[in-house]
Amino acid sequence: MDALCALRNRIARIEGRRPQDAPVHAPLGIESLDRALGGGLARARLHELFAAEPADGPAAAGFAAMLARLVVPSAAPLLWLRQEDAERAGGGLSASGLAQIGIDPARLVLLVPPDPVRLLRAAADVVRCPPVGAAVIELWQQPRALDLTASRRLAVAAEESGVTVLMLRVDADPAPSAAHTRWRIASAPSTVLEADAPGHPAFAIELLRQRGRPDGGRWRVEWDREQAAFRDAPLPGAVVPVAAGGPEAAPLRA
Amino acid sequence: MRVVALDARALRLGLAPGLTLADARARIPELAAVDHDPHADRLWLERIADGCDRWTPMVALDPPDGVTLDITGCVESFTLRTRKSVRTELVEVPSFSSTVQEERQGFDRLSPNGGMFGSEALLAADIEHRLTAAGLTLRLALADTPEAAQALARFQSLPAADEAQAIRRLPVAALRLEEEAETALRRAGLKTIGDLADRPPAPLAARFGEAMVDALNRLIGRADSRISPRRALPALMFERRFAEPLARTDDALAVLDDLAREAAVALEERHGGGRRFAGRLYRSDGAVREIAIETGLPTRDPAVPARLFRERIDALADPIDPGFGFDMIRLAVPAIEPLAATQLRLEGGRVAEEAMAALVDRLSIRLGRNRVRRFVAQGTHIPEQQALALPAVDLPDPAPWPQPPAGEPPLRPLHLFDPPQRIAVTMSEVPDGPPLRFRWRRTVHEVARFEGPERIAGEWWRVRVARLPDPPPSVLRPSPGRDAMDCDDEELADPTDTAPNRPAEPLLTRDYFRVEDVRGRRFWLFRHGLYERETDAPDWNVHGLFA
Repeated sequence: MDALCALRNRIARIEGRRPQDAPVHAPLGIESLDRALGGGLARARLHELFAAEPADGPAAAGFAAMLARLVVPSAAPLLWLRQEDAERAGGGLSASGLAQIGIDPARLVLLVPPDPVRLLRAAADVVRCPPVGAAVIELWQQPRALDLTASRRLAVAAEESGVTVLMLRVDADPAPSAAHTRWRIASAPSTVLEADAPGHPAFAIELLRQRGRPDGGRWRVEWDREQAAFRDAPLPGAVVPVAAGGPEAAPLRA
Repeated sequence: MRVVALDARALRLGLAPGLTLADARARIPELAAVDHDPHADRLWLERIADGCDRWTPMVALDPPDGVTLDITGCVESFTLRTRKSVRTELVEVPSFSSTVQEERQGFDRLSPNGGMFGSEALLAADIEHRLTAAGLTLRLALADTPEAAQALARFQSLPAADEAQAIRRLPVAALRLEEEAETALRRAGLKTIGDLADRPPAPLAARFGEAMVDALNRLIGRADSRISPRRALPALMFERRFAEPLARTDDALAVLDDLAREAAVALEERHGGGRRFAGRLYRSDGAVREIAIETGLPTRDPAVPARLFRERIDALADPIDPGFGFDMIRLAVPAIEPLAATQLRLEGGRVAEEAMAALVDRLSIRLGRNRVRRFVAQGTHIPEQQALALPAVDLPDPAPWPQPPAGEPPLRPLHLFDPPQRIAVTMSEVPDGPPLRFRWRRTVHEVARFEGPERIAGEWWRVRVARLPDPPPSVLRPSPGRDAMDCDDEELADPTDTAPNRPAEPLLTRDYFRVEDVRGRRFWLFRHGLYERETDAPDWNVHGLFA
């Protein structure tokens, strides 16, 4: 069904029509989450991801990268826009870290504009370019340039070009915007591996708002790189027995 | 303090360069002296050479005060002389400002056929006219070889019937030899170039050295010699000259578009494309402005440079000032790369690639080429050097990365600090255990779980030993009981640093821990230095943040 829909949208784009309004969804891998979203994360839409606290910035960035990995078909380029200050204050985006999440860094083009105004101008260009698979726009705090008009412009451009836009906001509060979904991301304690080692990246996510569908819902998810999908994370505090077969054997679900 | 250069009036009063300033002041008390500034002179000469670029792309500096132009092919010539050099000698530079009131007569006559000068004399007249208008005093000479032109411009005092005669009359100083060699020639009674040219070269070489004969051969044209131009010659070059200067930047851009179309035709004939396009705008007062663009993939579509030139001009920090107008515009394609004709694919594969390359080009032009990056893997285990972020314009098609090991959680952080940030560890296990509590950015983090240490040693094979005669014992004789990883505790010596007394920074081993605090935030910490072996008080750093 999704493939058919994608094909229709693509033909519409070749013919110069606006693609059909029904978005194409990319399933995230957790049934309840996908059901709440109506099939998964909508492609060719603007999504907002808010870090719950400034210290959750890396978690939100990781979640954005994982969503981009899910949304973008195999080898389409991925653009990441970060402000120069973010690159300095929050640490540079690391290629080996991305590879460890499951994104081939060769696909990524990193843009480091000096200020939010130029970042948003560059973003408008990026989002209008159909070959781009997904664009992550990372903005810290609440820049004046990012208002309802700017976000509306991005959302319209995304619908027309088919680029999925992930607006990553660190140290910022939700404000009115044209986003299709809005999330709040926090890092969560991971499932402990053998010898008390930290496990796979885990997040506590909350769907704050969704256009045209009921809002709300909290999930604890864990990223599985090999399957390239999210899965349910066990509740914190649950004791996970380590399988006797060594590290290869998967730990039992609590 | 000595006098370096004098203006014409001072020369007429009998002063000469080389005189001490006190002597000169004693003779002419009202002498006005200015400090010698070779750097400013050099910059000025460079600017003049830039301006000379309008006559020929082959321009060489002849410091301190000369510029040599190779005008081969720039002059319609029916003689058999294939190469001509013009030398302009700038003896006096009265002011560094270039406010020019230019008389515009006679120039239109010079370019009747768009780029070709009618004759050498007209070219020389144009050069003289423009440079005198810029306030320079000029000595101009025209000869078959660069050396002859330089010598004639510097040393010719009397006019001569033809060029060969003029060269023969030059003093031996025109050879530009060392002081002693010149004196030796003069003592032997050889005063002019003619005296030398008549003699067989072998005995001259035996007595005065090969260098003298070489210089002589180049001067009188027996040996081939060429100038080395300041800029490499572009593969393709197109230019327009205007009788009436263009006063608007938009018009100049339209002309650049036109030239790009010409370039596209030429590139198509050669089955090539360009990755760099340089437009040079020559102002009528001699100032030159260059705007260059580059693309990731070779292109010959004239629309691409046209669009990128506009982006570039919009992004310029200091806008282009047309002043009195541009009277010449040139577009150069420095190198041609092979580019076969492509067929569009129905499903749009190639088109997507090109659209992506165009996006990267546009963003690189607007934001600056270093702000649009791609990652390239490096063969090293030092975390901060594993990936190099290079301008995306240079890497249209990077190679895929190696896959991380399966079944593991991410072992490398998503965000990496370079340099690592120091943290205060309030509790840790001695000597090589993990931190239990640490403070970073004014927040205390309680470590809930950890994995480590993952030991990453410095690259000891890249370390150079500071003093070769006395290497640290660990390099030559690793003492028993130490493993290979400890070999890196010798001193790190900067290769450029030759001072033996400077305390060198030790190359310390790092013990990395993957830790998670009670709130689920994951950090990559390391202890810098092995406890008691490399340092007594190892400090802790946070190097990265996991998702």
